[in-house]
Amino acid sequence: MSLLMTIVSLMYLISAACYVIGLHMMRTPKTARNGNRVSAVGMIIAVIMTFLIALHQNEATMTGSLILVVGLVLGLGYGTIRARTVEMTDMPQLVSLFNAVGGGAAAAIGTFDYLSMAAGSHLHFAFSFPVALDLVIGGITFSGSLIATGKLAGKISGKPITFPGAKLLNAVVVIVILVSVVLTIGFAANSWWLILTLCASLVFGILMTIPIGGADMPVVVSLLNAFTGLAVSMAGFVIDNQALIIAGALVGAAGTILTLQMAAAMNRSVMNIIAGGFGTGDSNSAAAD
Amino acid sequence: MSQELYTNIAIFVLSILVGFEVISKIPATLHTPMMSGANAIHGVVVVGTILIALEAHSILFYVIAFIAVFLASVNVAGGYVVTDRMLTMFSKPKKSDDQSQDGGEK
Repeated sequence: MSLLMTIVSLMYLISAACYVIGLHMMRTPKTARNGNRVSAVGMIIAVIMTFLIALHQNEATMTGSLILVVGLVLGLGYGTIRARTVEMTDMPQLVSLFNAVGGGAAAAIGTFDYLSMAAGSHLHFAFSFPVALDLVIGGITFSGSLIATGKLAGKISGKPITFPGAKLLNAVVVIVILVSVVLTIGFAANSWWLILTLCASLVFGILMTIPIGGADMPVVVSLLNAFTGLAVSMAGFVIDNQALIIAGALVGAAGTILTLQMAAAMNRSVMNIIAGGFGTGDSNSAAAD
Repeated sequence: MSQELYTNIAIFVLSILVGFEVISKIPATLHTPMMSGANAIHGVVVVGTILIALEAHSILFYVIAFIAVFLASVNVAGGYVVTDRMLTMFSKPKKSDDQSQDGGEK
């Protein structure tokens, strides 16, 4: 390991520690704000270290660097302005929107790396497995969170939207996802498998979210938030970056616990909310603990 | 299985376990800020998008990389700022009286 990579790895470790400490401090109102700042410091460290790697490798094309800078400036600017100007009451849908774009970014990383493989080339399992999961989970959270945003903002009816044949359609889409995942993992690189996986996942994200009522939306957003964490972690496996693996897994697990607590606070179980949406109705499937 | 893959899987599993433990019981008022804070942390995906943007060498990859960088940076910047704004509600009352207790702030 070169000196630079040693420093970068150690600083990535510090940033990971910042997320854990930050999340821990956010458990109590008194330290919560500082907790968020600790986690933000960790994020800034991780981004600076990434730029160090990039400068060191120095493989970037002019256009690539330009796209990076323009994308960063526009994205950071847009995110900051939206977050600063939003009304307090509109915050949940904004969080849901930020969650959607995170899932989208994770899916885009998977798409990028899968398409980088020459068509027809044989894929290693350690690459194709996380790519498939990344695309599926990232796709579901992207479209699902956008629907949740629309419902919370009142742009889509907050009432559960159901239609005849919804169950059948769900089953078909799930089968398509499973088939496309198998095609992605087990067969040679082919961009059609990628397109099939992405489209089916996006459709499933919509189908999963529209039948759920507006009152249950915060729990759903939290669940999708945990999903995004997992998608980011899978993207970390794809590009072999431990900062993504650690932070993604952390959010995936912490988000799951949070989802369970939010559902419990509303006297609902997560299974009931999700399954209730699929039209299996008000069965008392007793909160398993 | 390569050494790198093993290390990555080990890190993944241990991070999951840390994630389960790190937020035990939290008050209901903090549910939304906590969700938003976790949402900001998965903005770390911006690190990955920076790395792929620098690898891009043709028009299709430029487009994908641009979308990825833009989406991820909205997530990370917006996530932290909106969480901070939510949490201003919790830090207001204590500012006036007990300054003696929090001396060592950076």
